[in-house]
Amino acid sequence: MTVSLLLILLVALPFIGAIAAAGLPRHARTSAAVLSWTVALASVVCLAVLWPRFQDGEILRLDIPWIPSLGLNLVLRLDGVSWLFSALVLGIGALVVLYARYYMSPKDPVPRFFSFLLAFMGAMQGLVLSGNLIQIVVFWELTSLFSFLLIGYWNQNPLAREGARMALTITATGGLALLVGMILLGQIAGSYDLDTVLAAREAILADPRHTLALGFILVGALTKSAQFPFHFWLPRAMAAPTPVSAYLHSATLVKAGIFILIRFWPVFADTPMWQVVVGGAGLITLVVGAWTAIFQHDLKGLLAYSTISHLGLIVLLLGLGTELGLIAALFHVVNHATFKASLFMAAGIIDHEAGSRDMRKLSGLFRFMPITATLAMVAAAAMAGVPLLNGFLSKEMFLAEAVAGAGSGAHPLAVALPILATLASTFSVLYSLRFIHATFFGPAPSQLDRVPHEPPGWMRRPVEILVLLCLVVGIAPGLTVGPFLRSAAVSVLGFDLPYYSLAIWHGFNLPLLLSVLALAGGATLYVLFGKRIHAGAGGGPLAVRWLNGGYLFDKTMTGLFRVASIGTRRLGAGGVQQQLRAIILTAVAAVVAAIVWSGGVFIAEFEAPTGSLGEVAFVLLWIVGGACAVAAAWQAKYHRLAAVVLMGGAGLASCLSFMWLSAPDLAITQLLVEIVTTVLLLLGLRWLPKRLETIQVPERLQRRSRLRRRFDLVLAAMVGTGLAAAAYAIMTRPALVGGVSEYYAEQAYALAGGRNLVNVILVDFRAFDTFGEITVLGIVGLTVFILLRRFRPHDDSLAEPSQKLVQAASDRRREDRSEGDTLKETMLAPQVVMRWMFPFVILFAVHLFLRGHDLPGGGFAAGIALSVAFVLQYMASGARWVEDRLRIRPALWIGSGLLIATLAGAGAWAFGHPFLTSAFQYADLPILGRVPIASALIFDLGVVILVLGSTVMMLVALAHQSLRKPRQTQVETTEEGQ
Amino acid sequence: MIEIVLALAIGVLAASGAWLLLRPRTFQVIMGLCLLSYSVNIFIFAMGRLRIAAPPVTRSGLETLAPYDDPTPQALVLTAIVISFALTALFLVVVLAARGATGSDHVDGEEPKA
Repeated sequence: MTVSLLLILLVALPFIGAIAAAGLPRHARTSAAVLSWTVALASVVCLAVLWPRFQDGEILRLDIPWIPSLGLNLVLRLDGVSWLFSALVLGIGALVVLYARYYMSPKDPVPRFFSFLLAFMGAMQGLVLSGNLIQIVVFWELTSLFSFLLIGYWNQNPLAREGARMALTITATGGLALLVGMILLGQIAGSYDLDTVLAAREAILADPRHTLALGFILVGALTKSAQFPFHFWLPRAMAAPTPVSAYLHSATLVKAGIFILIRFWPVFADTPMWQVVVGGAGLITLVVGAWTAIFQHDLKGLLAYSTISHLGLIVLLLGLGTELGLIAALFHVVNHATFKASLFMAAGIIDHEAGSRDMRKLSGLFRFMPITATLAMVAAAAMAGVPLLNGFLSKEMFLAEAVAGAGSGAHPLAVALPILATLASTFSVLYSLRFIHATFFGPAPSQLDRVPHEPPGWMRRPVEILVLLCLVVGIAPGLTVGPFLRSAAVSVLGFDLPYYSLAIWHGFNLPLLLSVLALAGGATLYVLFGKRIHAGAGGGPLAVRWLNGGYLFDKTMTGLFRVASIGTRRLGAGGVQQQLRAIILTAVAAVVAAIVWSGGVFIAEFEAPTGSLGEVAFVLLWIVGGACAVAAAWQAKYHRLAAVVLMGGAGLASCLSFMWLSAPDLAITQLLVEIVTTVLLLLGLRWLPKRLETIQVPERLQRRSRLRRRFDLVLAAMVGTGLAAAAYAIMTRPALVGGVSEYYAEQAYALAGGRNLVNVILVDFRAFDTFGEITVLGIVGLTVFILLRRFRPHDDSLAEPSQKLVQAASDRRREDRSEGDTLKETMLAPQVVMRWMFPFVILFAVHLFLRGHDLPGGGFAAGIALSVAFVLQYMASGARWVEDRLRIRPALWIGSGLLIATLAGAGAWAFGHPFLTSAFQYADLPILGRVPIASALIFDLGVVILVLGSTVMMLVALAHQSLRKPRQTQVETTEEGQ
Repeated sequence: MIEIVLALAIGVLAASGAWLLLRPRTFQVIMGLCLLSYSVNIFIFAMGRLRIAAPPVTRSGLETLAPYDDPTPQALVLTAIVISFALTALFLVVVLAARGATGSDHVDGEEPKA
């Protein structure tokens, strides 16, 4: 139990912290840092507590059912490798949080930064603790997403946006490849469970599809770990705040790809494809990265390419396919994380306190910040592989492996290995020396805009801790990192580990000689070429354009955009009308094709009952209704008011049809909606431009539009005919028997205690649909409000309506009247009537609501009726009058309606039932007697309040536009006043 | 007889709506959507077949569907009526905002070039 809880906490804590940090106010820099720091430390404690649990190579697992029908479980799985990576993620994360508190400017929204950082930490934790292939991909994509947000944190900076976009494009594309690879692998192994897959090595390798799966997985891993040729996104990501670089590029994001390689090393390491692709990519990246790093002038750029090179080293070690190579890779993962994080932090300190990261401007900083300089020098020495530091040890193991590989000749790249490895080490010594010498030594800087100084003590503390680790691990590796490394190695290789020694001294041998050669070579080269590199343009002589993936990437993106815009221009229809025409045409064509395909429309034999009086009325009703519809279509351009009224006529006809054809609920709702729709459209008319028939268009355009209208008329007629035929064909066929309606009719009273089937379906059987629908309704209400908040009417709508002007003029002409009297007098009778009607409309709404479960009525109708009660007051008495007397809070109503509906649904959980399960009970009420009380009634109450809120929100927001004083007129009046 | 009339009604409403959808002015398109939604609502409702004086309100206890009109299309249409109101409102506001921003009530946000 405790283990399960701890495992859940390890993944969940950072996410919880991220949500909490997101809720902090914009300037709460310190609280956000304290929160993040607490979360990181608590996670570290959880991890530390778990350490003794799997000393014997045990795997801690927690299975949570996810989609059992697909055989997918959420599996949290902790073994040695996961523990080691998790320790890096959390430990370095905690240090970065501390550092970021001092690095981030209080002007930036820092809580958001910490929120992203914690969420990223959670995603990494989820990734390393995943025990399921699909789950790995999910968290993998989350790391891409949050790294995008982190890299683009300074979103006002175009370079940051571009870098973030590039990182996301590359890593997310890799993520898609990974998903394909994982699905293939899962299909081959017959399970998505990681343990099962790892155990099925023989079966996987026997399947010919395994190369395909491996290929896709490698694309994912190599893009994420910035391996050649996908390495170019990493330097661009340097536009991120330095704490982000320190975190993402030392211990986490780029190590995610390494982690995947390590995870599947036991399965694939022996295949030739693995050795060629992984080993080859690693080798090229190692050399190219180190070579390019030499020529960078930006401190972070140098570190970025050095990171690429070191990642190449790790990938190469994994690609060798030897067990010792794997152990060396694990060791270098830890070492690289420590020295690279501290170097990034040091670069950040220099940038922060000296105002520049350009090595050509920096110089002689040692005298200004001796402590930081010392720390950076030790870390850089570790990067270069100087003895007594951790980088030396893993580099030594690497050289030993390279030599051994060359000796055995087993690996396809065997011969080139020791030479290229030594060469890369030499480069690494060279750029480390340059980093130190150019920044800290030489004359005092002259091109800086401030005098550099030491950072606040706490900003340096994380660097001190990391550098101390570099030293301690470098001097006593067996005592410090030994047990963790062993446990990680055991979890990949099993207990049968090959012999390896973490000692500093292995005697005089070839690797040591190569090490010394690299150190001496690097130093010599710096002495010889240092000045020339320093004066160069940056990028280096061999950084040819076509080798630079970033250039190709940009080219590709520009090309894609160009193709897209050409496509839009060529294929896209000109304007909305053409598009709608195409849509309708397609629909008609599809129907015609379907009819032809199935051999014509079949109209069933149907016994038409003879005409009764009611039917004659029905015919008359639709003669009027149809005429209204056609007339509305005809008048909608020049006589909008008439069109709105005519449309109301058509709506009324359909409302009466519902009434007559046994759908009282629909009739009520349609009638009420008809009222609010009409009010809404009338409110909108004010803001549309006047359209007069007298305006003439040129003859040429007229001819074109006549042609178009004729075509549209034919199209519309086809739509109408088709729909009418389809409706008739279906209506005259016998109804289906035994459908879902049958079940509703049989069970409505027994299961839901309601007699109105429509209402029971809405609030009980299909309540979840209704829940979704009212949510949409609430969102629309809020959207309308937000759109109108920034509404700027067009200039020619700003003037008072002409009716109002006429009234005002006539009022002014007469002595005994003041302006607005006519309006007051006209509205007096409606005002009195409406005010008296207010309580009755509300009573009517309550009536509709209460009887809804058993008789026609229900939440939607009641909600709209209630809103009509308010709207009538607005119309008769004006917005000011109403709002002085009533508290109109539509946003609050929307929220509480949704909340009530949610709680009514969630209440079922308390009784162990699924969401929105309803219960009902008979209750003996005074006067009313024995009535069924259903919990669905509470849900329906939520519907009422939400519908009320949303409808009032829309209408009131629109009505308020007439009250607003437009800004431009105000300006003009003041100008006139002067 | 009712079936024919209602089918024709659906057809006329749909044709008027479709014609308005293809017009250049935003207000016409709003009206078109309204008319089209009337038509579609009645169409869906008609899928449950037409019955007179048989509202789906049961007496009590276990009952069969036979004496009642089909409630499922009705429930669907009821929510559709409310949603189409919301759609109209949203569309109207978008149209007004576009008119405020572009100065034109043409569906493309600009007057057609002469």
